[in-house]
Amino acid sequence: MGRHRAQFRPPARPADPTGVGQERARAAHSALPAASPRASARSALPAASPRASVRSALPAALALATALGGCAVPDSTLATAGTTGTVETALGWTVLGVSSAVVLITWTLVLVASLRARRKPLPAEGLFSAGGGGMTWIMWGGIVLPAIVLTGLFVFNALALRALTSPGKPFGANIEVIGHQWWWEVRYFGNSPDQIVTTANEIHIPVGEPVRVQLATADVIHSFWVPPLSGKTDLIPGQKNVTWLEAKQPGIYWGRCGEYCGAEHALMQLRVFADPPAQYSKWLAAQKAPAAPPTTAETRTGQAIFNGIGCANCHSIGGTPAGGAVGPDLTHLMSRSTIAAGSLPLTRGNLAGWIADAQGLKPGVYMPTMAVKPAQLHALLAYLETLR
Amino acid sequence: MATVTVDTAPIERLKETWEGKGGLWGWLTTVDHKKIGKLYLATSVVFLLIGGVEAGIMRAQLAWSNLRILSPGVYDQLFSLHGMTMIFWYASPILSGFSNYIWPLLIGSRDMAYPRANALSYWLFLMSGVFLYTSPFLGQAPNAGWFAYVPFTLKPFNPGLNMDFYALGLLFLTVSATVGSIVFIGTIMKMRATGMTLTRLPIFMYGTMTASFANLFALPALTTALVFLYFERTFHMPFYAVGGGGRPLLWQHLFWMFAHPWVYIIVLPAMGIVSEVIPVFSRRPLVGYPIVAMSTVATGIIGFGVWLHHMFATGLPNLSLAFFSGASTLIVIPSGIAVFSWIATMWTGRPVFKTAMLFAAGFVALFVLGGVSGVVTAMVAYDWQVTDSYFVVAHLHYVLIGINVFGVMTGFYYWFPKMTGRLLNETLGKLNFWVMFIGVNVAFFPMHITGILGMERRIYTYPAGLGWSVPNLITTIGAYIFAAGFFLFLVNVWYSLRAGEVAGPNPWDAGTLEWSVPSPAPAYNFAVLPTVRSGYPLWEGRLLRRGRPPAAAPSPALARTPDAVGARAPDMAPDGSLVFRGPLLLDGKETFATSPLDAEPMSVLRMPEDSLLPLLLSLFMLAFFYGAVFKLWWLVAAGAGAMLLTIVAWTWPRSMEGGSVA
Amino acid sequence: MSTTAAHAAVLPIGNRFRRSPGWWAMVWIIATEAALFAYLLFSYYYLASQFRGPWPPDGFESFTLSAPMTAILFASSGVMWWAERGIKKGNQMQLRIGLLITFLMGLAFAILEGIEWSQKSFTPASHAYGALFFTVTGFHLTHVTVGLTMNLVVQIWAWMGTFTEERHLAVTNAALYWHFVDTVWAFVFFSFYIAPRIG
Repeated sequence: MGRHRAQFRPPARPADPTGVGQERARAAHSALPAASPRASARSALPAASPRASVRSALPAALALATALGGCAVPDSTLATAGTTGTVETALGWTVLGVSSAVVLITWTLVLVASLRARRKPLPAEGLFSAGGGGMTWIMWGGIVLPAIVLTGLFVFNALALRALTSPGKPFGANIEVIGHQWWWEVRYFGNSPDQIVTTANEIHIPVGEPVRVQLATADVIHSFWVPPLSGKTDLIPGQKNVTWLEAKQPGIYWGRCGEYCGAEHALMQLRVFADPPAQYSKWLAAQKAPAAPPTTAETRTGQAIFNGIGCANCHSIGGTPAGGAVGPDLTHLMSRSTIAAGSLPLTRGNLAGWIADAQGLKPGVYMPTMAVKPAQLHALLAYLETLR
Repeated sequence: MATVTVDTAPIERLKETWEGKGGLWGWLTTVDHKKIGKLYLATSVVFLLIGGVEAGIMRAQLAWSNLRILSPGVYDQLFSLHGMTMIFWYASPILSGFSNYIWPLLIGSRDMAYPRANALSYWLFLMSGVFLYTSPFLGQAPNAGWFAYVPFTLKPFNPGLNMDFYALGLLFLTVSATVGSIVFIGTIMKMRATGMTLTRLPIFMYGTMTASFANLFALPALTTALVFLYFERTFHMPFYAVGGGGRPLLWQHLFWMFAHPWVYIIVLPAMGIVSEVIPVFSRRPLVGYPIVAMSTVATGIIGFGVWLHHMFATGLPNLSLAFFSGASTLIVIPSGIAVFSWIATMWTGRPVFKTAMLFAAGFVALFVLGGVSGVVTAMVAYDWQVTDSYFVVAHLHYVLIGINVFGVMTGFYYWFPKMTGRLLNETLGKLNFWVMFIGVNVAFFPMHITGILGMERRIYTYPAGLGWSVPNLITTIGAYIFAAGFFLFLVNVWYSLRAGEVAGPNPWDAGTLEWSVPSPAPAYNFAVLPTVRSGYPLWEGRLLRRGRPPAAAPSPALARTPDAVGARAPDMAPDGSLVFRGPLLLDGKETFATSPLDAEPMSVLRMPEDSLLPLLLSLFMLAFFYGAVFKLWWLVAAGAGAMLLTIVAWTWPRSMEGGSVA
Repeated sequence: MSTTAAHAAVLPIGNRFRRSPGWWAMVWIIATEAALFAYLLFSYYYLASQFRGPWPPDGFESFTLSAPMTAILFASSGVMWWAERGIKKGNQMQLRIGLLITFLMGLAFAILEGIEWSQKSFTPASHAYGALFFTVTGFHLTHVTVGLTMNLVVQIWAWMGTFTEERHLAVTNAALYWHFVDTVWAFVFFSFYIAPRIG
């Protein structure tokens, strides 16, 4: 299943709340984002609905508040940041707008029916008889108007469904995401083994090009969800679901698992980095390289500890004998922005804490508590920090 | 002022015949639908409170980002138990409670069909709840949510007893629900008053009737799914695991084929309650009764064709997605019909705002809000964003609380006088309503926002910086406000049982048959069995019929005396209902069986006496299920054998006319 | 419409007539059980359609035992019908003999089924087909057992002289259930023994 992924991202948070220095956060700039070209020439789509004025005002106001207040704008599945946006978010705004109108109208009717009653005289028998035009209410309010509105919404929905099936242009990359309890394995397909890139919990995509994402799972059902970019698609054993992403603006997009998958479902997140194409190519090339061998004494000791205490049973490092497939590939660990599936920023302190007490940080995770003395830990960290 | 007097000797005889034994033994062996109804109501409220406590603990954890009061293991058991308890052990049984108490009184009968089976359905419900709640004491409560997707629920990922309690607890409950549904269907088909044709059936009956038929055809899907789950976990039979050729989506199909009809099962009767109440307090018959009745049935039927909308993100073909999205959109129409019927009834009548009516009006408001968020999720292309997020949590709570809970509250405030002989206090009642109404909105409206902001379901904590903390805090506060509101209800009940205003037979001047008997309803329900000629027998003669004056115009003095008005008008009109004259049927526990369509009397049924067998059968089934969960096969066999013997004893022909009578 | 008082004088007592409450109870039990088998067979067809490899994996089911089993079961419905007809005419012996023969035929079916189970080359845990085969036929066999138990109890009552021409609801209900069990077997038999050979 493919999806349309054209997303206009509102200005990114100026300071990453998790304090990661490596995130290439985009500074807040223009108050009103420039309008993007209408999503991939979807001429089949209906013209901007009458609610466009509402839609455009709200995100514009949000963006303005951001620029003026400097506060974080949360990720939103409705973040169109403009009168146009993805088909999905347009549909979302429309149906939410219609829903709000329906609520307002019916609540008003109930209120008015209740209040106007005070002045109404009761017949002598104490009862009103049947009749009185009640059926008109049902006919119009219960049947005709809903039928018209729902049909309109459904048509929009059906067209959106069709539009989201494929991006209509060639894919800029082809990746596979494999869900594990509770982390994301990410593999970039290549023509030969040395062209394959394996990383974890972080996806890089070229801006403006759709990326095909094939989904599989190593254990239970998970769901791949990057709200600012796309809706969910499940990862189901025995099934190869396919979705796709496209970012129209550079930035960092937060994703997470969208299907309860066990104890640490809450801490199974990922980051999607949309890079300008040149930057993306550089990243991909760097990821293909094996790990540089350690050069200093401390880092060589660290590598020995890595192999000695059993890390290699679960983790792989390209260019070394370490080939475990249970946990994330660590070849380019330091090129990533987070650890523990997006739940901790990658800092020396967090890395140390993860090695020494993963269970304390993320109870139930399959990473065991590693018994390392402080000196060993320092060497190990030094080694890991060479894995750029 | 004319009153109808009845010779007291027959009344004494009826009391003697119909009143069961008193005390604890009386409650354990009762086949009286009124007592069974009260048992259902009280037990369901207990489960509601348990589920509420579970929610309260979870909301403490989620009040702010990164809280770690609870471990994920405990949190996961809490959210699973909360969902199961509310959706299965509260939402349906409480409606069964109302149906049980009030149906025979609404339809002019002395009892439900199959009184012992009726008692059985209650005891099975109680025992299944006891069985399920053994699990938290073992620290092994279900932990995969109320819809428990495979393969996480299979042995490799869930080796403890948690999911065995899930499968067997629910299987146990399905027996109760099936038996109860058959009782309701038999009752509505065969036990109606003479002359109560389908067009004169109180609208509440349509809700429960549709739910009962839906139960018969939806529950087996759950049975299938659960048996497969239990067999796979226990005997390694690969229904779901891909390795042996199984499919995880088989679980989802089977489960949702059951569970979507189930959500209509737990709301349609509540809608029926409100459809009874709004006319009474708007002082006119329900607008569009036939179309509301049909839309109730239509919702039940279409409800079987929308299950895939719970699976929109699973990678199904576009054609399937479009079809189910369309069906899910279509099902809005019958609900819209009901909503506008209620609004029209209020608009063309004159609303009197007793607490029952407040809850009914609040119900309509929340119904619409919950309904439109359902429309949002029916739009598959946007559902991909909001499914499995807090937006859906908002939707489901608005519909479940708005429709089921507020419908139940409406029912309590309306029928409490009939059940207990006292009115619930109005001042406390109004406070109760406003605190609950404000609480539910403060609690659940922000969930729409967190869902849209990308907060996924079933997470024991969440990170800072995503804008989720403030809405979650508001939600937590709202949840506690809502809980306080419900607590006010309990206070009201406790107070009113002791010191509430004494209610006569018809404190609301309502039009249906239950208001023609004393409050509380006597054991024999009706001293004489009524014959009906309209949908509102007690209002006949006062409702203008197409400009014709009423057949017997009551004097103004009568019009202001609630008891006497209803007592006089129907029996006086030449083509009116006979409410206070009719057959006594005194020769034992007797009532009429009537034909399904035209409600012509066909036979006189002799109803069974109190019996311990329903409770015994339930206890043996409890033993059976304990054996199954702890893998004690001897106990399984013993339980099954004991159940068999009990059933044989139960059906043994009585030594009087008639074959075996359930 | 005449007054209900007049009706009361001429109405029968209890479940004497056709379409009595007791009869409807059996009808709805059968309806929900039928739905159960519908969902079981849905699962069968769903997994079969998704299965990679031949279905059944270990070759087609044989008719050696299943054909006579099926014939016996269907015939037993005829005997049950004959037994019920007996009591409708007040013929106690026809009822008793008919019930007995039906019981023996049903028992034969169950025994043959047990033999067939023991001869299978696969187990319930072997693969999805095995799981389904034993579960679905197992559910059916359970219903056969329930039907046989009902038959036995009704036989006891029949020998006690409980039933008359006018009152024999238990017989009608037991017969109804038995016919249901046989109808279900038609669908199960088709699904497992015939459909794979066609598809």
